[in-house]
Amino acid sequence: MHIDWPNFTPWSALSGGGLIGLAAAWLLLFDGRILGASGIFAGVVRPVSGNVGWRLALLAGLVVTPALAGFLFKTHPPHFDVSWPALILGGLLVGLGTRLARGCTSGHGVCGLARLSPRSLVATLVFMALGFAMVFFTRHVLGSAG
Amino acid sequence: MKLLSPLFAGLIFGLGLCLSGMTDPQKVLGFLDLAGDWDPSLALVMGGAVVIAFIAFRAAGAREKTFGGGPLHLPTTTTIDARLLGGSALFGAGWGLVGLCPGPAIVDLGWLDPRAAMFVVAMAGGVVLADAIAPRAATGADLEALKPH
Repeated sequence: MHIDWPNFTPWSALSGGGLIGLAAAWLLLFDGRILGASGIFAGVVRPVSGNVGWRLALLAGLVVTPALAGFLFKTHPPHFDVSWPALILGGLLVGLGTRLARGCTSGHGVCGLARLSPRSLVATLVFMALGFAMVFFTRHVLGSAG
Repeated sequence: MKLLSPLFAGLIFGLGLCLSGMTDPQKVLGFLDLAGDWDPSLALVMGGAVVIAFIAFRAAGAREKTFGGGPLHLPTTTTIDARLLGGSALFGAGWGLVGLCPGPAIVDLGWLDPRAAMFVVAMAGGVVLADAIAPRAATGADLEALKPH
């Protein structure tokens, strides 16, 4: 294994993670809800009456953050390096998979692990493993830029 | 309906995702590339987030209510079945293909990047597809929301 030290950013990663944990704490303690991005998104795509407003408010908060983060943290715009078909396939898999598993990196990976849920631990291990496997496949088997 | 509080949670969540690097697919793929030049940064994101959230869940568990006295809507499913395993596998494959998971994808809409928009539209399509091929049983939360108020 070769560590990419020049790109290693432990402090911003740790403090960014801390903010994500604070957001999960806020939503739980003030609104009684789990901070799970895929579930909050899916609840807008397939709305259940009376359960949509808070989701839209939270998603609105997410969408405006790049303007703030560019200013506060000098965050760069995202750098995509995939073809359009791969982008569409990836989005489909993420929407399909998180809907079936009822959770993603935030719902299972942060809140579920914090609740010590065995179900979420299994989900997290599986999606991490497949994430590593897919990048190995695209970068080292297919040899594309990923 | 209380909207300011979830809006604020979204802002903090989004700022954390931006600061951590989760919103940049290149950074995410660098973390998932164990066999190449591995960037371990994002392991610290999950670590930092879980520690803070763990304290919050302990506090909430002790109170059994929100600060406003409202109910806690906590997941009640504990089954580890094919749906959980298969769904997580598909999600991980998509995450590794592009380098975006749901939260950061929605944040990246704010950069007005058409690729982020395409990804989010495809994600919505995936949700609809999931309900078409494997309709789930109504959860307690769904039934509660359907009750007349």
